[in-house]
Amino acid sequence: MYTQALDVHGREPVPAPGADATATAARFEARVDADDKIEPKDWMPEAYRQTLIRQISQHAHSEIVGMLPEGNWITRAPSLRRKAVLMAKVQDEGGHGMYLYSAAETLGISRAQMFEQLLSGAAKYSSIFNYPTLTWADVGAIGWLVDGAAIMNQIPICRCSYGPYARAMVRICKEESFHQRQGFEIMLTLARGSEAQCAMAQDALNRWWWPSIMMFGPSDADSRHTAQSMRWKIKRFTNDELRQKFIDVTVPQAQFLGLTIPDPALRWDEATQHFVIGPIDWAEFHAVLKGNGPCNRERLEARRAAYRAGAWVREAAAAHAAKQAARERARRQA
Amino acid sequence: MTDPGADPSTADWPLYEVFIRSRSGLEHKHAGSLHAADARMAIEHARDVYTRRQEGVSIWVVRSADIVASDPGESDALFEPARDKVYRHPTFYAIPDEVKNL
Repeated sequence: MYTQALDVHGREPVPAPGADATATAARFEARVDADDKIEPKDWMPEAYRQTLIRQISQHAHSEIVGMLPEGNWITRAPSLRRKAVLMAKVQDEGGHGMYLYSAAETLGISRAQMFEQLLSGAAKYSSIFNYPTLTWADVGAIGWLVDGAAIMNQIPICRCSYGPYARAMVRICKEESFHQRQGFEIMLTLARGSEAQCAMAQDALNRWWWPSIMMFGPSDADSRHTAQSMRWKIKRFTNDELRQKFIDVTVPQAQFLGLTIPDPALRWDEATQHFVIGPIDWAEFHAVLKGNGPCNRERLEARRAAYRAGAWVREAAAAHAAKQAARERARRQA
Repeated sequence: MTDPGADPSTADWPLYEVFIRSRSGLEHKHAGSLHAADARMAIEHARDVYTRRQEGVSIWVVRSADIVASDPGESDALFEPARDKVYRHPTFYAIPDEVKNL
């Protein structure tokens, strides 16, 4: 994650003049086609830069907001082991947000601007985090399904054409696999438990299945950004391809747990060797994205409150750093 | 804090690059970057952000603004002198198979 502040001999690269502009653009396309990585100081089309800023910052916001639904259960985790694991997972999500904010900053947006966009409600984040975590089983379902879907999305991004994003994703994917396994372990424990525990696991699957399916975004026919992002190798698979992969690996896992996927139309298709699901309720997806999910307001308010409550810490740290620097200067002069 | 007059509660802290030695005997390697009010805080944040799974035994942090980088636009010219000097590699020299220990 090289940074925007890296100085090229004290000056910014000069934009290519008129006649050379086409050649520069062609060189960029050729590098992307050749699977070469684009780095922060390389020339890139403005639309490529803006697409990446949008995608990486949304991804970072999702990690940060994603700490909230799970954080809700830290104090009520059923054992010390579960509590330690959940804290480690939530800390990881915070760390992932930090890697991604750093990667986005290399494209020329500041951390403060991104926070502003999140807190003002201008920025989007994954719709899944606007659903509530009502029971302990939800923590299991999030790890199993939500992190499972996230991994499916993220593994191809490890090969993204933009170097800092690809490197951040490698680190994140390495850390995510524990998240999914701990979630499945919670589901397995509940599924093998009492009748009430089984019912709790089923209820969590009922509520998290469709939102997880929607995490892959609009279907290919309605996805505005897919084609260009695929050409730029920001995206390697379409939303529907990734969604299908997720369904194909997850349905047998649910069967192993003895739980029922809440989709009466779900069937195995012998011809295509894929599971086929029933229709997705896109009206719900768009409503949640627009801010009308069950927890949108609560999530944003929690982030705003955390930011406000941290103001004195940021001020104190800045004052302390200034004081230490002044002392250091005085020591040198003495 | 690129703007010194900015509100200290909302301005970004300076950016630091983080380098981590993963095991004793190995070199420090670039791990990523982070914001911190000063170098000491940068080390503490680096521990939390980049070594949650024992990835390091030593951390360096350096202000990103203090790093001078080569210009990618000039990399062809910069690295050109080494391009035609294949004789710097041992495989350039043909040695008969019978000759051992070379």
